Amino acid sequence: MKFFLSKSFIAWYFILPAFVIHLLVVATPSVLSLALCLTDWNGFGKINYVGFENFIELFDDRYFKKAVKHNIIWTVIFLTVPISLALTCAYLLTGIKKGQLIYRLVFFFPYMLASIISCQIWKYIVHPLHGIVAWFSKKGFDIDPVSPFTMKETSLYAVAFVDGWHFWGFLVVIYITGMYQVDNSLYEAADIEGATKFQKFRYITLPMIRPIFIFTLMIIIIWSIPTFDYPWILTQGGPAYSSEVLATNLYSHAFERFNVGYSSAIGTLMFLYVIIIVGIFGILRKLGWEI
Amino acid sequence: MIVAKYRRSELISNYTILTILALFSFLPILLLFFNSIKAQEEFGINPLGFPSQIRFLNFYDAWILGEYAQIFINSSKLVIGTIVICLTCSGLAGFSLARLNPKGSTIFLIYLLVGISIPAQMFILPLFLLWKELNLMNTHLGLIIIYSGLNAPFATFLIRSYMIKLPEELFDAARVDGANTLQLFFKIALPISWPVFLTAGLVVGLAVWNEFLFALTFMQDDEKKPMATILFAFQSRFENNWGLVSASAVMMAAPVVILFLLFQKRFIAGLTSGASKG
Repeated sequence: MKFFLSKSFIAWYFILPAFVIHLLVVATPSVLSLALCLTDWNGFGKINYVGFENFIELFDDRYFKKAVKHNIIWTVIFLTVPISLALTCAYLLTGIKKGQLIYRLVFFFPYMLASIISCQIWKYIVHPLHGIVAWFSKKGFDIDPVSPFTMKETSLYAVAFVDGWHFWGFLVVIYITGMYQVDNSLYEAADIEGATKFQKFRYITLPMIRPIFIFTLMIIIIWSIPTFDYPWILTQGGPAYSSEVLATNLYSHAFERFNVGYSSAIGTLMFLYVIIIVGIFGILRKLGWEI
Repeated sequence: MIVAKYRRSELISNYTILTILALFSFLPILLLFFNSIKAQEEFGINPLGFPSQIRFLNFYDAWILGEYAQIFINSSKLVIGTIVICLTCSGLAGFSLARLNPKGSTIFLIYLLVGISIPAQMFILPLFLLWKELNLMNTHLGLIIIYSGLNAPFATFLIRSYMIKLPEELFDAARVDGANTLQLFFKIALPISWPVFLTAGLVVGLAVWNEFLFALTFMQDDEKKPMATILFAFQSRFENNWGLVSASAVMMAAPVVILFLLFQKRFIAGLTSGASKG
């Protein structure tokens, strides 16, 4: 009895509620998923063990392969466009005094909006009857009044654009916090040497914010894989799977076809991917990469 | 703080570029607001500009047609329920991890770190089946538990990182006075840690208010749905009634805007807290 009231045991009682709720919501179903990905279960009836058959089937599934390809494109887009835009923007912001706070708030605000609202805004802006496309074609420009969300060639990029619009201000704020911590005397020294703006950015700012920069690379690489809201709201993966990503692929297997085993296999692969990425960054840090 | 000295011409070009980028962020939102007070007939002639006559009736229509009073209550229930449950659990855990350091607590920290990186898709379907078994499908309680579990690692880390900085003397003094652990938490740690609870509450509340995937999956009764998924259904139900749909979206964004203006520093600090830790 005394043991259960010992100091260290009481400390664990405090941790217990958070542990239990997380165990129930995240850990248990995740473990179940690891087990179910080796079965052909369809939600009811008998559960048959099928080994790695789901995975073998996955690597033959052309929609799955398409989704993987789209996720890779998505990751590359997010690693380039929002990052370069945000770096430029944060760097310019450090150079101005007046109105700086307002700019920062304006850039950050879209990040606070619900995905459903950002999607609705942009659906309207590119709407073939009302939006900006319609406006240009009325003014005599040679543009077909079609929404880019409904065209096979553009749907993925259009969806990524809307998500990027919502996301990039978040990066601005992260980068600017890092840039403020850079010692001013470094820039003064560079000024005496006659360094250009770009040189100062390249040789002072970027190295100084490296830990934060690497951190944003990591979260983008991780967050790009389970992206769901924007593709699902805007296109549901269509038209003709042209904006299908892993999360929408999994969602339709899981909740429209009830392929429990199959969708668990996709989920497991996504989890492995995240663990590998986190592992790589962890190892690099151990190797003294200062990230 | 001046990072570098800029010439006048440079300053002008800085402001120009920044203003263009700011307009890119802000104009779409402004357009949503214009649309929410525009009459339906005007969308054909004036799709992008300020409405010629301001029609606040859109809000009234959306409120009645969409039965928004009920939806507001639904969303608020989820937000408040999650904040209460999640912050209670995370507050206790964060306190223990910061001040009591029981043997083996690093294992729990690692567990939370792994937990934070598991993608939702990994466990959403088994969770769905589990919730069916437990009769938690289509209930607000069911979603509140899910949201609390999802946000617990983040809130625990945030609260822990705040409480770890509290001076040990405070706790020592109370211990001398004979306070037990529970009293240390309620009488010492909790009253001086209110800023971090406020930050965590705002961030968690925002996440729940805006959440889409779990609301879509775990709440199928229309009269119990929160804002995000109702708006999703609304968009197809009133497809071309832009005034109505925009007014609903503005109503969903309004509390966020107000809270953001009041607590912008806290929101920004909370939402970017992962980055500063590196």
